[in-house]
Amino acid sequence: MARPMKIRARLVGDYTDIRVLMAHPMETGQRKVKGKVVPAHFIENVTIKVNGKTVIDGQTSQAVSRNPVFAFRVKGGAKGDKVEIGWVDNEGETNSIESAVA
Amino acid sequence: MLTIRGATVLGAAVLALATASAFGENVRQEIKKYQRMTAENSPVELWVLQGEDLWRQKRGPNHVSLERCDLGMGPGVTKGAYAHLPRYFKDTDRVQDLESRLVTCMTTLQGFSEKEATKRVFGNADKPSDMEYLAAYVASRSRGVRMQVSTKNPKEKASYELGRALFHYRAGSWDFSCASCHGTPGKRIRMQALPVLSSKAGARGTYTTWPGYRVSNSQLKTMQWRINDCFRQQRFPEPNYGSDATVALTMYMAVNANGAIYRGPGTKR
Repeated sequence: MARPMKIRARLVGDYTDIRVLMAHPMETGQRKVKGKVVPAHFIENVTIKVNGKTVIDGQTSQAVSRNPVFAFRVKGGAKGDKVEIGWVDNEGETNSIESAVA
Repeated sequence: MLTIRGATVLGAAVLALATASAFGENVRQEIKKYQRMTAENSPVELWVLQGEDLWRQKRGPNHVSLERCDLGMGPGVTKGAYAHLPRYFKDTDRVQDLESRLVTCMTTLQGFSEKEATKRVFGNADKPSDMEYLAAYVASRSRGVRMQVSTKNPKEKASYELGRALFHYRAGSWDFSCASCHGTPGKRIRMQALPVLSSKAGARGTYTTWPGYRVSNSQLKTMQWRINDCFRQQRFPEPNYGSDATVALTMYMAVNANGAIYRGPGTKR
């Protein structure tokens, strides 16, 4: 299993609370192992779609930790709405996950 | 005059003490808050997911999964297994903790040699070990289950007694024992409060959150690693992985934690 993800989307009053966990090394390109620089490898872009409509399209950088956790609040939403989260890293690797709002 | 001066000095001392304890209390509260925040949506979930995948994967020379592995609740039963470990196993005729039992399953079911199964048990941030993934998964299957480690079998009883003896055994170049750090309340290393593992409260609070994900170095650490590293910190010789000594220490802590709800795998500083 390549880099797993975990998602949780809940309706809280008048907004939807979306939380997502991503496995990723998030290498900054600054770190050295035995004198050799570990090449930068990090998630560049995270997109969130609710029922197919993009609600968040954000850029991330090396400043984000390894195995990051993101939490978002999206206005509105209803139980059963389809939430889809995807990322792209600087090496072109991608992954996505989807879930329904509970 | 003397009395007045005495009273003033005393007053100042009381004030200083009060401030110090208020500060300590405040720090403890803040650390608790931090721990709560890191425990929510902890990356430990990623280890659980990978571990589950690994558990179901057909591996080794025999090309079988671990799905028939007997962790003490019957072949293939993972639910609640961790809350009952370590325990005595008839087939190996010894008391085993989760990790030594997983080694047994890897050798008997999957056909790995013991050397292969224990070649790389402690991973790093770049490449966690299979054992870390598996331990996280199996432990997660005991979430919400009450710790109930038995000492009914004579070997289990003996293991507990050995664990207690080892816990208090002072040795090494620093004349240390586990109890030197984990035997009296109020001790800490830097900002890390040290639990009293010989007490019920201390063991319950700590044992039920291991294995744990370390936020500071992005790694999941198992109980065997924790004991191995405590041995290193005490300047003891390195214990063998899954040895009777390490299992006995685990047994001692697990029995002390009996009655508490298991809520790991947890998140650590």
